[in-house]
Amino acid sequence: MAAPTDNSAPLLQVSGLTKLYGPRTGCAGVSFDLYRGEVLGIVGESGSGKSTLLSSLAGQQRPDRGSILWQGQDVLSLPETGRRRLMRSDWAYVHQNPRDGLRMGVSAGANIGERLMALGARHYGGIRASALDWLARVEIDAARIDDRPSAFSGGMQQRLQIARNLVTGPKLVFMDEPTGGLDVSVQARLLDLLRGLVRDLGLSVIIVTHDLAVARLLADRLMVMKDGRVVEEGLTDQVLDDPQHAYTQLLVSSVLQV
Amino acid sequence: MSGYNFAYLDEQTKRMLRRALLKALAIPGYQVPFASREMPMPYGWGTGGVQVTAACLTPQDRLKVIDQGADDTTNAVSIRRFFERTAGVATTTSTAEATVIQTRHRIPEQPLQEGQILVYQVPIPEPLRFLEPRETETRRMHELEDYGLMHVKLYEDIARHGEIATAYAYPVKVGGRYVMDPSPIPKFDNPKLNGNPAIQLFGAGRECRIYALPPYTEVVPLDFEDHPFRPGRADHSCALCGAQESYLDELITDDRGTRLYCCSDTDFCASRQAPSATEA
Repeated sequence: MAAPTDNSAPLLQVSGLTKLYGPRTGCAGVSFDLYRGEVLGIVGESGSGKSTLLSSLAGQQRPDRGSILWQGQDVLSLPETGRRRLMRSDWAYVHQNPRDGLRMGVSAGANIGERLMALGARHYGGIRASALDWLARVEIDAARIDDRPSAFSGGMQQRLQIARNLVTGPKLVFMDEPTGGLDVSVQARLLDLLRGLVRDLGLSVIIVTHDLAVARLLADRLMVMKDGRVVEEGLTDQVLDDPQHAYTQLLVSSVLQV
Repeated sequence: MSGYNFAYLDEQTKRMLRRALLKALAIPGYQVPFASREMPMPYGWGTGGVQVTAACLTPQDRLKVIDQGADDTTNAVSIRRFFERTAGVATTTSTAEATVIQTRHRIPEQPLQEGQILVYQVPIPEPLRFLEPRETETRRMHELEDYGLMHVKLYEDIARHGEIATAYAYPVKVGGRYVMDPSPIPKFDNPKLNGNPAIQLFGAGRECRIYALPPYTEVVPLDFEDHPFRPGRADHSCALCGAQESYLDELITDDRGTRLYCCSDTDFCASRQAPSATEA
């Protein structure tokens, strides 16, 4: 599970990223490199700055300090057009609540096709074929292609959101608690699916979760956050099996054992 | 009519409207905000079109007003009379003789000429509105030419109905830049928008927006490669004048569902009937 090192240049280089909310700290001084095909987990309790960090990285809000380099290019100085293009070509964002990431008023097929059409696909048959292909890959019955997501279960909506994001073949996917709000068996299936997709497509992923089991299953590397700062960082197994920081020890020991 | 300025609106308002019109003509398809006035008619009756017409009219103009192609329906009659009384301009029902034509939801069948002005009444100027309710976001989408969403709507049409079922207000791309709602004209009329020698002005009174197509502007309907744009038309000929190529209204003539198809453009239909009537 070690990070692949064949591509020596990191995809994403983050340094000194800081986001303040007035006098309060959202996240502060976060630095890391992300390599191709690597899954980085960000764990921590509620309010530790995980989601702030993720949305600052993904360009949903502007960080106050620090820099983000995508394949060597400064993302924060990109014009809005470039940023939007990046967000729907090389990057993808999977929301915790699928209703935030899906367009609920149009069919599943249109949801999957939207990113393609935004990038200039103008062949209906081609768009539909990719939609069918992706429905199959996320294990949704092809017959549901013309149904609206509002007719889908929570787990199906989340899988549809993943299909919609991955259809353009992004290199980096941001995920905010992708299994939040799903029951355990649906979670397990989704995690299985995600793990398969990440491995098959060689995706780089930054995944925010408070669920250490999810982190253990998916992430190659972990960052543990507390009060907006990274308190511990390392390979997932190393962090979870031999936590060094007092807070990480607390976090690991508070996982319920069945 | 005494007591009113020429064409009802005061000169400062007309000046404001003309500035908006010039800006709209300079950026074809771009929606220019303007300070829409209260007009002595309800919103939805063409207050935008009336303000634009008032700003364009000169005492020498000859005005034609149509509502769904007809010169003799309530909306057309009342607006025509409004300008007869407030501007004292000559009016006509002939497309060829008019210098300014205000229209609700049709483009006349007879091709327009250079020097003519066609004024559209627009209910909802924003083509992206039903897909994206936030005005801030739709303006940004226009700014960034972020129009993928428009095709999502067309995709959805094909997925549900097997073809692009949008029959009116069919979205177009203007001059390779702005996506524009051509107002609820039937898509049959869309080809007439393209390269038209007349000036086409669009006024949305309630929404406070003006946009325009200068003469000979390229206007292309949005479509898919494998589902190209097709202007639709009822597969009949006009029961009154026998026209094969005009846009037809469908009239139900009795309680048993008998239908009659006739030209929606009354001037076009009457001009075709007149010669045959004299021959007979």
